[in-house]
Amino acid sequence: MKNKAWIPFAIFIVLVAFLAIGLKLNPREVPSPLIGKPAPAFSAPRLLAPEKLLSNLDMLGKVWMLNVWASWCVACRVEHPVLMAFAKTNTLPIIGLDYKDTAVDGMKWLAQHGDPYETSVTDPDGRIGINFGVYGVPETFIIDKAGVIRHKHIGPVTDAALKDIIVPMVRELQK
Amino acid sequence: MKLHHVLLKTLKAIGIAVIVNVSVSYASEALPLADDPVVEQRLNTIAEELRCLVCQNESLAGSRADLALDLRRELRGLIKAGKSDAEIKDFMVSRYGDFVLYRPPVKHQTWLLWFAPLILLCIGLLVLVRTVKHSQSKHSRAGEDDWELETPVSASEKKKD
Repeated sequence: MKNKAWIPFAIFIVLVAFLAIGLKLNPREVPSPLIGKPAPAFSAPRLLAPEKLLSNLDMLGKVWMLNVWASWCVACRVEHPVLMAFAKTNTLPIIGLDYKDTAVDGMKWLAQHGDPYETSVTDPDGRIGINFGVYGVPETFIIDKAGVIRHKHIGPVTDAALKDIIVPMVRELQK
Repeated sequence: MKLHHVLLKTLKAIGIAVIVNVSVSYASEALPLADDPVVEQRLNTIAEELRCLVCQNESLAGSRADLALDLRRELRGLIKAGKSDAEIKDFMVSRYGDFVLYRPPVKHQTWLLWFAPLILLCIGLLVLVRTVKHSQSKHSRAGEDDWELETPVSASEKKKD
């Protein structure tokens, strides 16, 4: 029997390993099924020029970033300075999606905190957001020249995420 | 006695007030039902099977999160457009992944999820059978006297010796 004493110990180690992995997973980060799929079609009024529409087709041929934000979103305040600095590097066009917000609040927010976006489009009833599988704000998508979603970042974009993941990926896609 | 009487009355009044309040709040929450009972009934049946992405342990039917309200609105639209249950679930899965399904489909990524309990049960049974067989063979080999020796009392007595 003695030679079998290691079995419960081995089971314990395996269990601990699984639990350790489980602890490190973030249940908020639900992998998007949209990665590798064409970005959902949209055509929406621009926040700062509502008479002009912006469609996903207008962005074909460019690698671009779609950043979902809202004036009511607290985490966006954390993200905003990062995006402001990133916009200055002119790495790629950043399009904002003002999600479930009023145009007045959205414009006020950009005036107050600065506008890193090439353009922001409005999504007052959240339909574009739903088509993109948005379930929390902020969320960020990287879309390639062919209009295919390549990456989704959930939660505020950080300097580390830009440096380690997003920028290298964008450079690769821009080739 | 008088004080007791007053207290009882107050308690009764509070009780009635609570009941009235509860029924009122239920009435206001259930309002959408009046819209189209058939659609709402189907919506609820489908939404019970779907996870709310915001409050992940709540179903889409039960959640009052903003996104859940929006998604219920979208599903209501799909139902009214005559979509089937499968099409409606596809709408959700294509946007949020299998994670939204409380009953995930059986495919190679979910094999472990679906069959692990069965595998664990089999391992358990195997261990059980082996243990029983082992003790039986020991039993028959050693005879009844040895079995007596293995009881805790005799074991401790043995140690004393």
